[in-house]
Amino acid sequence: MNGLAQDYAEIFPDEVVTHAHVRDVELPYGAGTMALITLDNGLDHTRPSSFGPKGLAELDAALESVLNRDEVVAVGITGKPFILAAGADISGMPRITKREQALEIARYGHQVFGKLNDGRKPSFGFINGLAIGGGLEVVLNCTYRTVLATTPAVAFSECFLGILPGWGGTWLLPNLIGADRAVKVIIENALNTNRMLRGPELEPLGIADATFEGADFLERSINWAAQVLTGPIEVRRPEVDRGEAWDAAVARGRAFADAKVHGGAPAPYRALDIIAAAKTCTKADGFALEDEALADLLMSEEFRSGLYAFDLVQRRAKKPVGVPDRSLARSVTKVGIVGAGLMASQLGLLFARRLLVPVVLTDLDDERVERGLAYVREEIDKLLAKGRINADQANRIKGLVTGSTDKKVYADCDFVLEAVFEEMKVKQQVFAELEGIVSPECVLATNTSSLSVTTMASRLNHPERVVGFHFFNPVAILPLLEVVRGERTDDASLATAFAVAKELKKNAILVRDAPAFVVNRILTRFMAEVTRCVDEGTPVEVADQAVLPLGLPMSPFVLLQLVGPAVALHVAETLHEAFPDRFYVSPNLQRLVAAGKPGVWSWNAQGQPFLDDETKALLEQGSDASTAEQVRERALAAVADEVRRLLDDGVVAEAQDVDLAMALGAGWPFHLGGITPYLDRSGLAEKATGRRFLPRGVASLPG
Amino acid sequence: MPRELRDVVFVDGVRTPFGKAGGMYAETRADDLVIKCIRELLRRNPTLPAERVDDVAIAATTQTGDQGLTIGRTAALLAGLPRTVPGYAIDRMCAGAMTAVTTTASGIAFGAYDVAIAGGVEHMGHHPMGEGVDPNPRIIAEKLVDPAALVMGATAENLHDRYPSLTKERADAFAAASQQRLAKAYADGVIQRDLVPVATRSTEAGWGLATADEPPRPDTTVEGLAGLRTPFRPHGRVTAGNAAGLNDGATACVIAAEDVAKELGLTPRMRLVSYAYVGVEPEVMGVGPIPATEKALSKAGLTIADIDLIEINEAFAVQVLAFADHFGIADDDPRMNAYGGAIAVGHPLASSGVRLMLQLARQFEDRPDVRYGLTTMCVGIGMGGSVIWENPHWEGAK
Repeated sequence: MNGLAQDYAEIFPDEVVTHAHVRDVELPYGAGTMALITLDNGLDHTRPSSFGPKGLAELDAALESVLNRDEVVAVGITGKPFILAAGADISGMPRITKREQALEIARYGHQVFGKLNDGRKPSFGFINGLAIGGGLEVVLNCTYRTVLATTPAVAFSECFLGILPGWGGTWLLPNLIGADRAVKVIIENALNTNRMLRGPELEPLGIADATFEGADFLERSINWAAQVLTGPIEVRRPEVDRGEAWDAAVARGRAFADAKVHGGAPAPYRALDIIAAAKTCTKADGFALEDEALADLLMSEEFRSGLYAFDLVQRRAKKPVGVPDRSLARSVTKVGIVGAGLMASQLGLLFARRLLVPVVLTDLDDERVERGLAYVREEIDKLLAKGRINADQANRIKGLVTGSTDKKVYADCDFVLEAVFEEMKVKQQVFAELEGIVSPECVLATNTSSLSVTTMASRLNHPERVVGFHFFNPVAILPLLEVVRGERTDDASLATAFAVAKELKKNAILVRDAPAFVVNRILTRFMAEVTRCVDEGTPVEVADQAVLPLGLPMSPFVLLQLVGPAVALHVAETLHEAFPDRFYVSPNLQRLVAAGKPGVWSWNAQGQPFLDDETKALLEQGSDASTAEQVRERALAAVADEVRRLLDDGVVAEAQDVDLAMALGAGWPFHLGGITPYLDRSGLAEKATGRRFLPRGVASLPG
Repeated sequence: MPRELRDVVFVDGVRTPFGKAGGMYAETRADDLVIKCIRELLRRNPTLPAERVDDVAIAATTQTGDQGLTIGRTAALLAGLPRTVPGYAIDRMCAGAMTAVTTTASGIAFGAYDVAIAGGVEHMGHHPMGEGVDPNPRIIAEKLVDPAALVMGATAENLHDRYPSLTKERADAFAAASQQRLAKAYADGVIQRDLVPVATRSTEAGWGLATADEPPRPDTTVEGLAGLRTPFRPHGRVTAGNAAGLNDGATACVIAAEDVAKELGLTPRMRLVSYAYVGVEPEVMGVGPIPATEKALSKAGLTIADIDLIEINEAFAVQVLAFADHFGIADDDPRMNAYGGAIAVGHPLASSGVRLMLQLARQFEDRPDVRYGLTTMCVGIGMGGSVIWENPHWEGAK
């Protein structure tokens, strides 16, 4: 144990210790004394309490002392205001170097939390706010639970990060609420980009036995506990179905995991194995299974990449690197959108909703303008119908968005974004026209996906106010925004663009002006390689399925359909023009576009993709078929090569920015760490570029 | 329009345990204290639909910070009452909650309300007496009031001067008896019935639960009191032992038109007979209950002989004794403060008026032989307030 204490000190050198304060509470109804434990790391709610080794040791000591006191009839456990606990301290996890350490962390948690229900005294978990991972497990180990009705976030985020609930959660939850609901919480919610449960969902799910409001949550919880102890309240929980429903739930979970990660991440599968075993195995056996699985997963590359990606999304996304000081940003009190097509209208709605300033759309004729405005109004009505906004807010936003055919309405705008046809001359003309109307400081932004921002600005009197502002479709949902600095863009305009991005609640990354920027450049190179394999003679099914084991959100040709072949072709051609040696333009893609096909696949009534006869006839394939493995390796080698060049060209500052962009803009999964951790650990980075992207230990197991 | 006065009843009341300033509520908000009371009232009276509450009047002396922001309204919102229920803040220093009761009661009698919640709160730990005060300089320049009138302990010393028969010995004896009476009431389980438990936060110690008053010192003896310092005057008479302390706490009650209470299935515990507020010399504010009670009696057509139970706030022992002497009541008369008073239980300024009413209502339940009772208190800047109540359980009425 001494050696281990030494290890802990090295693994968690800066542990913010969550204390376990104990106070005696005199229960009503003569129920006796409850020892009430408060978990509190001494900081405010912006820094949730978490469990590191010292914190666990404090809780262990607190539990041991109260469980040995005869006059204590029950143990209660709750947290500091608004927070129960956010789970295990993940800050030290990248420093775990040996499996024995990982195993000991799993066992220690079980040992401490297990005392809450070891038969000595009944225990009550009072979920007074955020309860994630180990925070939820500490109360699941209790005999009874109450929950605060306004709790915003209760979740098992473990599978999202690449581990599993390993301090009791994976065995306890299905045994408490049945496998069906446990699979939803442990697997489905976690893999649905870490969906959180809210307070009122807990009692219907069976996780909590009672729900109380915020005004007197703890008082009512204690009163309830006293009534449970003295008899007036009997906690009845529905019998857990241990029949076929259990197996069906596990099977459903596996299908769900397959659909999400395609076997590319081990965590959900290990969790499902334990849920399956929990149908019959004892608690002790279940906890032992959790120990082994957690130890394996803590030592997995997928988890290390997941931790890295989580940190990027949590921190780097909020503090983009290389951005000029926020104080340089100019205020934006009116926004112009050039164009009233679908994309422009979506952007208009987004700006109006988030910035709450007037937004003007223009287009060539009244009909187009009216169509754009009608779209905005319909979307606002939908938000109203869903209860996302109230009637007053709907009126306000509708009133903010107006349209015109006369660009003079932009005169008092501080920020004008063009979303017109993707053609350099057209865009240059729009900006030239705008310059005659707007002030010299007004930021002119372009939503171009591939054209040069520098060239677009080159003919203006004030090119320094031009920035790229590249959204990803669907603009209301995808969180990434590539903000492009042209050669002459000044700091104030860039700072303004970043300030606007933040108000739009987008995660902006700074990108140097280069063809197709980051996400589209990587995706296009990737798609081009897959398409080239098809052109050479690889069956479409084989090529499209080849990269699925990575766990990407969708296959390449499904993505093509979403983007639209014409847009994809345009980007490919632009990149081909810039880098003819690397970017391949597929003749088959050109034929698809020429024929006006919406994609490679057609879809049958069951939602399954198939090649229709027309498409078959369009495709011209060679005779050189690659295997799935070959397709995958070629596509990823191309990605590795392109990422290396992006970094060498200084398009973004670091590999971390590429990974952040791929995670947020393309939905590439956490277990790949975005992409470069995967390219490193698979050896593809070294094979294709001669070197790694990140040092060992940054997003991977230490060497 | 034709209008008729309606009888007004005190339906139910609760309070938080009282704390010592800097004690168990050091990290608990004042508004939260009163919110717990409002919620407990609604729980104890399930037949009262929350939307039938027509107004929420909450008193506080220092109306800033966690006692500011129109505390009656914010407390109503935070307590989960429907948004349609309005609220307001009241201040008459120590008689704040009493004024909240009489003001809403008047609104009920007039017909503006059917049901109201009235109460008070003072967190003297968060808001020490005199916080942020800015007395008009004319008070000194024009000698309107002796500056000592702003220091309550000094006014109590002045009262000893005015009535030389009110000795320190009598004051100490009264104070010790107050502690003993409260201790007995606790032992009999009387006090606990009106308390709503409050979860108390402590950064250092974690969450706890307040279930009993913190100020009482049941072991107090006359001998022990004799040696205490007299902070307001060298060799004076007023000590921390024969005065109420600096406390945190909240109270609230449901006031209703008697016919509406009946309609809603609520059981009246006291019926309002009359009330009066009177101004006195600020330098001896402790005499306030005397003229206020005379006035309230006169309005009701009663005399002190009709009053069988008295709850008088013990801001200072001397002020109770002045009242007793005036009305010819013995210092230890069992009719007066039977369960002890503020010297023992504490006096979170603006909350205390309803605390007096809670204790009177409990005695009414146990004493069907009694018809009338009085709640009365002295008020800073020279005032007294008195409310006369009738016992609905009075046997003579049957």
